[in-house]
Amino acid sequence: MTALVIRGGYLIDPAAGVDGPKDILLKDGRVAEIAGPGKLKAINGAEVLDATGLTVAPGLIDMHVHLREPGQGYKETIATGTAAAAAGGFTSVAAMPNTTPVNDSPEITRWMQAPERGAIIRVFPVAAATRGSKGETINDYAALKAAGAVAVSDDGLPILKDNVMREALTAAARAGLTVIQHAEDTRQTRTPNWTASMNAGPVSFRLGLRGMSDEAESAIVERDIRLVGELRESRAHLHVAHISTAAALNAVRQARRNGLRVTCEVAPHHFLLTDEHVGLYDTNAKMCPPLRSAADRDAMIEAILDGVVDAIATDHAPHAVHEKEVEFERAPNGIIGLETALGLSLRWLHTEWKLPLGRVLSLMSAQPAALLGMKGRGTLAVGSFADVVVFDPKAEWTYDTHKGKSKSRNTPFDGWTMQGKVRWTISEGRIAYDAEKA
Amino acid sequence: MSLTAAVTRRLFSTPPVAASPFPYNPGSLLSAQHLTLEELSHILTRATALENQEPLERARTLAKRRVALLFYESSTRTRTSFELAAKSLGADTALVSSLSSSIEKGESLKDTGLTLRALGAEAIILRHNSSGAPWLLEEATRLPVLNAGDGMHDHPTQALLDLRTILAHLRPGVEAVNAETLAGVTVSITGDIFHSRVARSNMLLLPRLGARVILCGPPALLPELAAQAGPGITVERDFKAALSQSQVVMMLRIQAERLAGLQLDLEEYKSGYQLTGPRLAALAPTAVVLHPGPIIRGLEITAGVADGPQSAILEQVTNGVAIRMAVVERALTAAPQGGRA
Repeated sequence: MTALVIRGGYLIDPAAGVDGPKDILLKDGRVAEIAGPGKLKAINGAEVLDATGLTVAPGLIDMHVHLREPGQGYKETIATGTAAAAAGGFTSVAAMPNTTPVNDSPEITRWMQAPERGAIIRVFPVAAATRGSKGETINDYAALKAAGAVAVSDDGLPILKDNVMREALTAAARAGLTVIQHAEDTRQTRTPNWTASMNAGPVSFRLGLRGMSDEAESAIVERDIRLVGELRESRAHLHVAHISTAAALNAVRQARRNGLRVTCEVAPHHFLLTDEHVGLYDTNAKMCPPLRSAADRDAMIEAILDGVVDAIATDHAPHAVHEKEVEFERAPNGIIGLETALGLSLRWLHTEWKLPLGRVLSLMSAQPAALLGMKGRGTLAVGSFADVVVFDPKAEWTYDTHKGKSKSRNTPFDGWTMQGKVRWTISEGRIAYDAEKA
Repeated sequence: MSLTAAVTRRLFSTPPVAASPFPYNPGSLLSAQHLTLEELSHILTRATALENQEPLERARTLAKRRVALLFYESSTRTRTSFELAAKSLGADTALVSSLSSSIEKGESLKDTGLTLRALGAEAIILRHNSSGAPWLLEEATRLPVLNAGDGMHDHPTQALLDLRTILAHLRPGVEAVNAETLAGVTVSITGDIFHSRVARSNMLLLPRLGARVILCGPPALLPELAAQAGPGITVERDFKAALSQSQVVMMLRIQAERLAGLQLDLEEYKSGYQLTGPRLAALAPTAVVLHPGPIIRGLEITAGVADGPQSAILEQVTNGVAIRMAVVERALTAAPQGGRA
C-alpha cells in the first residue's frame, strides 16, 4: 500500500488534544507519523496531498445510518451509501438493521461487511436487538458481536416490553454492546386505523394530521432509564437514538447526573428545523421522530452546547422519489443526511452558535467512536487507523441534492448554504473521496 | 422546565421557514386561507351574479371546457353541487371515483392527476381522505385544483358557502367583505371539531372578517390547543354557555368513520351537546342554525331543530351551488401568474 503525506494542513484531533499546524504520514492504513510543518522524516515515495489552508481531522463517524441493503437496493446500496458518506467526510458508518430481511443474524452482519458490497469506507453493522425486530425474543449478542456488530437496536421500532428491554440491556452489557433505543411509544402513535405523521401540536392540528406527542418519546426514555438504574450493577449502556424532545433530553440529563450509562445522539434536522418546516405537507420534512416544536429544537441546541448530547448522527434514511411523492400520511419516514451533516453543523453549530470547531468534530468522530467501542478510530494519534477528513472550514457552498452521491434525493436541505467543503476523505489510508475527481 | 429556566433560555437565530410556493396555479382554491379579502369579495359577488344570470347565457361562460371531479371519498352535496355548478356554466364534467377507477389498482394520486390532465382536464376538483392531498395534486399537475375536502384539514368551498349563508342572514346585501364585516358576531361550532375539516376552514376564515369563533365539544373531540390554531378562537366546554353567546350556531356530525378507537358515550354526548328545540329557544332564540351535513337526526341535532324556522341548513346547500359556480369560473379564467404565498 502506498504511503500518503498530508502536508501544510491544520490538524484538529480533539481526542489526542492536538490543535495546530501538522504534517501527517499515513502508511499501511495507519497513522505512521505526525510532525510540525516540513518535519516529517520517512516520506520517500509517498503521495503528497497539499492541505495548505485546510483543516485535517479524524474521519467523521455517523453512528446512525440506513444503507438499505440487503433488500432495498432501489433506495440505496452499501456502495452508494458509503460513497455519499465519503463525500460528506465520513470514514465510518453504523448501519441500522431494518433491512429486508432484518439484520438479526451473524450471516447478514457478515454479508454487509463483505468486499463484494463495494463499500468505500468502513461499515459497522448494528444488529437487531430482537428476532426480526419484533420486540419479543433476544438475539445471540455474542455471536453478532463476533460477526462484527457494534451495537444492537430495533431501530425504526422500539423495544416496548419492559421484560424484553431489561433482558436486552443485560445481555448486551454481558456481550459488551450498547443497546440503541428508538424511543417511540407506538401504542400511542400507531393504531390499526392511523399512524401519527408529525409532531403533535398547534401545527398538526391546523394541518389536520395526527400527531406524535413528546410524551410518546419521553415515556420510553424514562422507562429505559429506570431499567438501566435497576441494572446498575451490570453496567448496562443505553443509547437513545435521534432524541428530539426537551422532555426526553431532561430525562437523559438527570440520568447522567445519577451516574448512569445513558447517552444520546441528535440529528441535524432536529437541531435546525421545527414542525413549521413541514410547510404545506412537504414529505421531505417527514421523519420519525418528527420535527418538533421550537422549544424542543432550542433544547437540542442547548444540550449540544452544554455537552449532554454525545453525538451528531444523521439518521440517513434514503427513499425513492416515487415513495415520497404521495399523500403526506402515506409517505415513508426519513431523510438523507450524510452529505449535509458537516456543512450544516459547521454553518450553524460552529459559526452561528459558537460551538468550538474541535467540539463539533468530536461529536462527529471521537465521541461516537467511544460510544461504539471503535478502537483506533475517531483520533489520528500515531498507530490509529488512517481515517482522515481534509476540509476547508470556511468555504461556503450550496447543496444540490441532485448532484449527490446517494441514490436518493429526499432532503429538506436542498438549496441550503453549507459551510465547510470536504477536499479529501481517506479511509484506512485510501482516498475514498477527492473533491477534484468527484 | 422551571420558569426561570424558560426566562433565561438562550435565544438562537435559527433557519427561517421558506415561503410557500402554493398555489402554483392562480385558479386553484386549495384553502380559503390563500384568498385575500378582495378575492373573497370577488367570489361572493360572482356567486350572486352567476346565480341571477339567465341559464342559457350562463352556460356560455365555460362552454365545452373540461372539468374533472376526482373523488376518493363518498359525497352527496359537494359532488353534486360542484357538478351542477360546472354544468350550469357550460363545462363538460367527468367523474372519477376511487371505487370505479384504476385507483383501486394502486395508481397514485400523482399519476391519476397526470392522466386526467392528458385526457384534457383543465381543472380538477378533488375530494380526498388524506389531509394535504390537493397540494400534492396541484404541485404534480400545475392545473387549477379545487379542494372539495381533504382529510381532516380543509374544505374551502364549505367555508365560503357558510359565509354566504351567514351574510344573507346577518348582513343582507353585503358581498364586499372586509376585516370588520362580521365584527360583533359570534359563531359557535359544536361537535367533533378534531376530525372536522369544516370546523378548521371556518375557524380560520371567519375571524378574518371580524367574527369571534367559539369551539365547543368534549375533550376527546376538541383538544385544548385548537384555540391556538389562529386568532379569534376560543374553546368552551359548556354547550349552554356557547349557545347563549352565539348569533350563528353551527353543528357538526360525529364522524364515526374517523373516530378510530375513541370511546364516546353517545347518550352522554347527546345530553351535553345535542341541539334541541328547548335549548335553542332558551339560549339562542334568534340565532341562525347551520350544519354542513350529512345530519344525523336525533344525535347532534333534533329533527325539530333541523326542520325548524331557525335552520338554514338547506339554504347552505343551495348556496353551495352558487359558490361553486364562482370558484369553477375563477379556476378557468384566473389570469396566469407566478406562484405566491
